[in-house]
Amino acid sequence: MTLASSPEGPFQFQPPPPEASGLQPQGWLRYLSFSLDHKVIGLQYMVCGFLFYFLGGALAGVIRTELASPISDFVSRETYNEVLTLHGTVMIFLWIVPVVNGAFGNYLIPFYVGARDMAFPRLNAVAFWLIPPAGLLLIASYFVQGGAAQSGWTAYPPLSLTTPALGQVLWILSVLLLGGSSIFGGINFIATILKLRRPGLQMMQLPMYCWAMLGTSILVVLSTPVLAGTLVLLSFDIIAHTGFFNPALGGNVVVYQHLFWFYSHPAVYIMVLPAFGLVSEIIPVHARKPLFGYTTMVYSILAIVVLGLVVWAHHMFTSGTPPWMRLFFTIATSFIAVPTGIKFFNWLATLWGGKIALNSAMLFSCAFIVNFVFGGITGVALAQVPFDIHVHDTYFVVGHFHYIVYGGTVFIIFSAVYHWYPKFTGRMLNEDLGRLHFLLTFVGFNLCFAPQHWLGLNGMPRRVAEYDPAFTTWNQVSSVGALLMAISTLPFLINVVMSAFRGKVAGDNPWQALTPEWLTSSPPPVENWIGEAPLVTHPYGYGAPADSVDLKVATGKEIWSGPGR
Amino acid sequence: MTSLAPGTSDAQARTAAAVGEASEEHGHAEHTDARLFGLATFLVADGMTFAGFFAAYLTFRAVNPLPEGSTYELELLLPAINTVLLLASSFTFHRAGRGLLRGDGPSCRLWLLITAGLGVAFLAGQMVEYFHLPFGLTDNLYASTFYAITGFHGLHVTLGVICILIVWWQARRGGRISAASPFGLEAAELYWHFVDGIWVILFGILYLL
Repeated sequence: MTLASSPEGPFQFQPPPPEASGLQPQGWLRYLSFSLDHKVIGLQYMVCGFLFYFLGGALAGVIRTELASPISDFVSRETYNEVLTLHGTVMIFLWIVPVVNGAFGNYLIPFYVGARDMAFPRLNAVAFWLIPPAGLLLIASYFVQGGAAQSGWTAYPPLSLTTPALGQVLWILSVLLLGGSSIFGGINFIATILKLRRPGLQMMQLPMYCWAMLGTSILVVLSTPVLAGTLVLLSFDIIAHTGFFNPALGGNVVVYQHLFWFYSHPAVYIMVLPAFGLVSEIIPVHARKPLFGYTTMVYSILAIVVLGLVVWAHHMFTSGTPPWMRLFFTIATSFIAVPTGIKFFNWLATLWGGKIALNSAMLFSCAFIVNFVFGGITGVALAQVPFDIHVHDTYFVVGHFHYIVYGGTVFIIFSAVYHWYPKFTGRMLNEDLGRLHFLLTFVGFNLCFAPQHWLGLNGMPRRVAEYDPAFTTWNQVSSVGALLMAISTLPFLINVVMSAFRGKVAGDNPWQALTPEWLTSSPPPVENWIGEAPLVTHPYGYGAPADSVDLKVATGKEIWSGPGR
Repeated sequence: MTSLAPGTSDAQARTAAAVGEASEEHGHAEHTDARLFGLATFLVADGMTFAGFFAAYLTFRAVNPLPEGSTYELELLLPAINTVLLLASSFTFHRAGRGLLRGDGPSCRLWLLITAGLGVAFLAGQMVEYFHLPFGLTDNLYASTFYAITGFHGLHVTLGVICILIVWWQARRGGRISAASPFGLEAAELYWHFVDGIWVILFGILYLL
């Protein structure tokens, strides 16, 4: 067999082997360095993301404390605006997108395609190191003259043109840096998945997370530049007093909304598609069953990518959109429920009849399915024009959004941390603390966000520090839920820090998983595998009784059912 | 930990199966060169930025009338000459690439210089046009959009000229770029054709439409 020999091609490019030069620091210091190792970069994304998660969570705490009473008493109204703007920006651009794409993507994708590193290791490091300065810029904007941006994470003009200019410009700069980081990451993922696959490994044999990251990266590459261009124009409006989006100067605010949502609706899929991929890796392992409907999973991801690009105006049904546009975007949006539903039922079918281990990773994954289907249903409801007009800019939208990004993606981030922590560190996390973390998070999350649907249906507007006293009770319930969520991070933090030193030694493959990252030591060596990368053609071949076949002559396909069958 | 279930030896068997299929070659750095592919992906992203600008301009044209008393008129002659210059530069760049692959270094470097010269001539033409236009950046919506789009494109041309000069320097005898390692030149050429193509679309939308 010559499968593993070098592929044909005019170039034999050899990326510099990470840390071979001797100039790269070793030990824990490498996590603070411009390391080119995809595993180091992945963990850099992860830790950096969690730091910003705690910052964004603290800001959310300020919001919920303020909203515990109907009058503005905890912080001033301007501060409230700044806090909610920073909360949204930090959570989206500095926590979810970097962690669910950058952290897990960088760590896992090279393993999954059987490569030693990403296609462009240096670009990869640059993409990560754009994030800390962008985050610091955003934090620093709180201390400049006029304070931080106050126009929400959407920065709609003319609001963003009338709020303090300096904070808004710093906000734009920060988001531009983060957008650049995201694009560089996306290019790297596309090139790695399409060009760096181990010889002999077919696309339809890849673990599902590769497909999810491919779809996500296509969305990143196609839509993020549009946001970048739009924000540059917005900054011209603020700095140079042009009138692109300023109605007083003949500009057009609706064009801003179109361009903004052309990125920011796909951004929702950029945040949730990788979570779909991760959950598709986690569930088969802990249910000991092959992933159900591999092919339909792949095509649903591609369908979501295509449809995700043509639904943006459903955010703008109250912005004077013409009737044909409303009709088109309602139908297109409703169509997205089809591929999403396919994935949902595939996960259920994977669980069905499995030998389910209800550990922390699985609990978070199952809760994800529950939360996500609820958020999905409210999403289909929001796509309908008459309903959307009723609840537009109310807490219903806030509730729906958090069911998708928190109940969906953040639950999966936690699930994935429980699942891959043994691989990252070589030690297991404590299961009791993990289940306590799950219980507090699940109860706190639903207590916090479920009442917001009711509040929104009854007309409580979002983004305000004061509200009608009739809404007090449910707001206080929501705030108690937020408090529980804040408390829930404590067992998680204790667990992650303590287990790194005292956790039970995990061994190479504590879950008996089949995907390639488990077929090496924990933590893996710099070159990922000592020797040749394994050729895993059936990553979900669970469930066959081990003694029913002669392992000495097995080649894989005849024993394990897999995607090809 | 709790999932020690039927397939206890799944993973070990998997490794065994994989090793069976793998070659005995102790492979290091079996990575392909994905650099041109990566650049092409980046250019798709870059093209989407322009697409966003064009979409904004076309929507302004459809929805926002020119305010009373403001002017927005473009001359056609100079931009048409500029278009010819830029299109010609794509051909000269191609000649340079052919020269390099033939191993004819002097021809390659000559054609690179001609290409850079055409790029500079284009930029000079655009400067002349800017100074003669009857409107400024903040005069009205169309004026702002015109300067934003052509300026963004001009930035691309400027970067392209710098890249060509770097390639010209590296293509000297004993430099990094040669017939055996033509990546730098190929990357700059791909980028230059992209900038050229964007200009053709830009010319059609901003000047002809």
